[in-house]
Amino acid sequence: MEITVTVNGQQHTRDVEPRLLLVHFLRDELGLTGTHWGCDTSNCGACVVWLDETPVKSCTVLAVMADGRRVRTVEGLGDSTRLDPVQQGFTECHGLQCGFCTPGMMLTARWLLDHQPDPSEEDIREAISGQLCRCTGYENIVKSIRWAAEHDTAAAAVPEESTVDSTEVSA
Amino acid sequence: MQVPAQFQYERATSVAHALSLLTKFGPESRIVAGGHSLIPMMKLRLAQPQALIDINDLSELARISVEDSTLCVGAMVRHADLLSSAVVGEHFPIFHDAERVIADPVVRNRGTVGGSLCQADPSEDLSAAFAAVRGEAVIEGPGGRRVVPVREFFTGPYQTVVGDNEMLVQLRVPISSSASAYEKVERRAGDWAVAAAGAELRIEGTQLVSVGIGLTALGAPNFHAPEAEEYLLGGPAVDERFAEAGRIAARHCEPVPDQRGPVDYKRHLAEVLTVRALRRARTRWHGNHRQEA
Repeated sequence: MEITVTVNGQQHTRDVEPRLLLVHFLRDELGLTGTHWGCDTSNCGACVVWLDETPVKSCTVLAVMADGRRVRTVEGLGDSTRLDPVQQGFTECHGLQCGFCTPGMMLTARWLLDHQPDPSEEDIREAISGQLCRCTGYENIVKSIRWAAEHDTAAAAVPEESTVDSTEVSA
Repeated sequence: MQVPAQFQYERATSVAHALSLLTKFGPESRIVAGGHSLIPMMKLRLAQPQALIDINDLSELARISVEDSTLCVGAMVRHADLLSSAVVGEHFPIFHDAERVIADPVVRNRGTVGGSLCQADPSEDLSAAFAAVRGEAVIEGPGGRRVVPVREFFTGPYQTVVGDNEMLVQLRVPISSSASAYEKVERRAGDWAVAAAGAELRIEGTQLVSVGIGLTALGAPNFHAPEAEEYLLGGPAVDERFAEAGRIAARHCEPVPDQRGPVDYKRHLAEVLTVRALRRARTRWHGNHRQEA
């Protein structure tokens, strides 16, 4: 059946089977391979994207369920000239490690900070509790999200290079 | 790559439309709401419906309201919305306790209250919570609406009284002065409960004049513990009696051994968690009725 999904602001129309999962629609149909596909059973959270305004596990959503809706993936977090503060935080605090869980972690972090700009460590750990990091790098992921919370407004407003400079100055 | 087998898909535009689609596609069709139980089962071929009827557009089923001293929770209410609802927390803190430990925050964004009850998983948390507070399920079918006590909603593991051509549209809980709590042991975020217990109570003077106890993952028939409730009712709300109620609840449930633990451990949890839920509900009762004490 034909579906139209707005992904990172861009409309895409495709003819898909009802059984196609949203994660495969993003990766295979649209080539947006930033959304990772891990466990297949909704445990690992590597596939988290936003459906409308909410993070969901895209391995457990049918692409046809996203018809007429908006999706935000990690490709829609910064742009070519500017990283989202969350992305910047992961690079600053070594939250990336192998990088497999990173896109999902970042999208949940963005949502958390949009709703709770000053989260405690406990809030952050609760928010990402449905997402697995197999490098066991939670410590640095939590630090990365805290970094983003502390730099959210400033970092979002300036280009990437300047962000790095201003961080070094403030440090 | 795990994907479901082929099926037909229709998006319902109203409850009446959903019911007509159920009739059209017959008993091999299933309603899909959040899909977080059904879609994984379809990937694993534990379920293989021929048609899915998507009710995500039915915003009339996504409301939480209070009508005639009754809390009304639409079947499409997401777990995250039940958790963030102030009116739910005010009248039935048991639901907030339970929701905090249901799946994980991202799954709670998508999974629904009605879907959880209709899944009827023997380890499902809201089934025990609604059983504890004596909720009612509103079921709609071609012949109109019927209301079934949640304690009579389940006919077995993964089975409910909802007929092939019917759908659950709402959960209702009569609001009376009460206090409630939910206690669960799980191994990690997102896992099924090892065991859990919910309690609701109302105290007049020192006597328990109303008490409900729900149990999950413990093989309790219909997710509640009537023998323990019967023992407590009419007596004082004191620790010794709570302890005995816990022992009775543990004796009357039928846990099965699995990777989450052997039977004796689960019976131990039934006892301990029942007592904890009762005590926490009592603390809340006294917190709300300090001026009467």
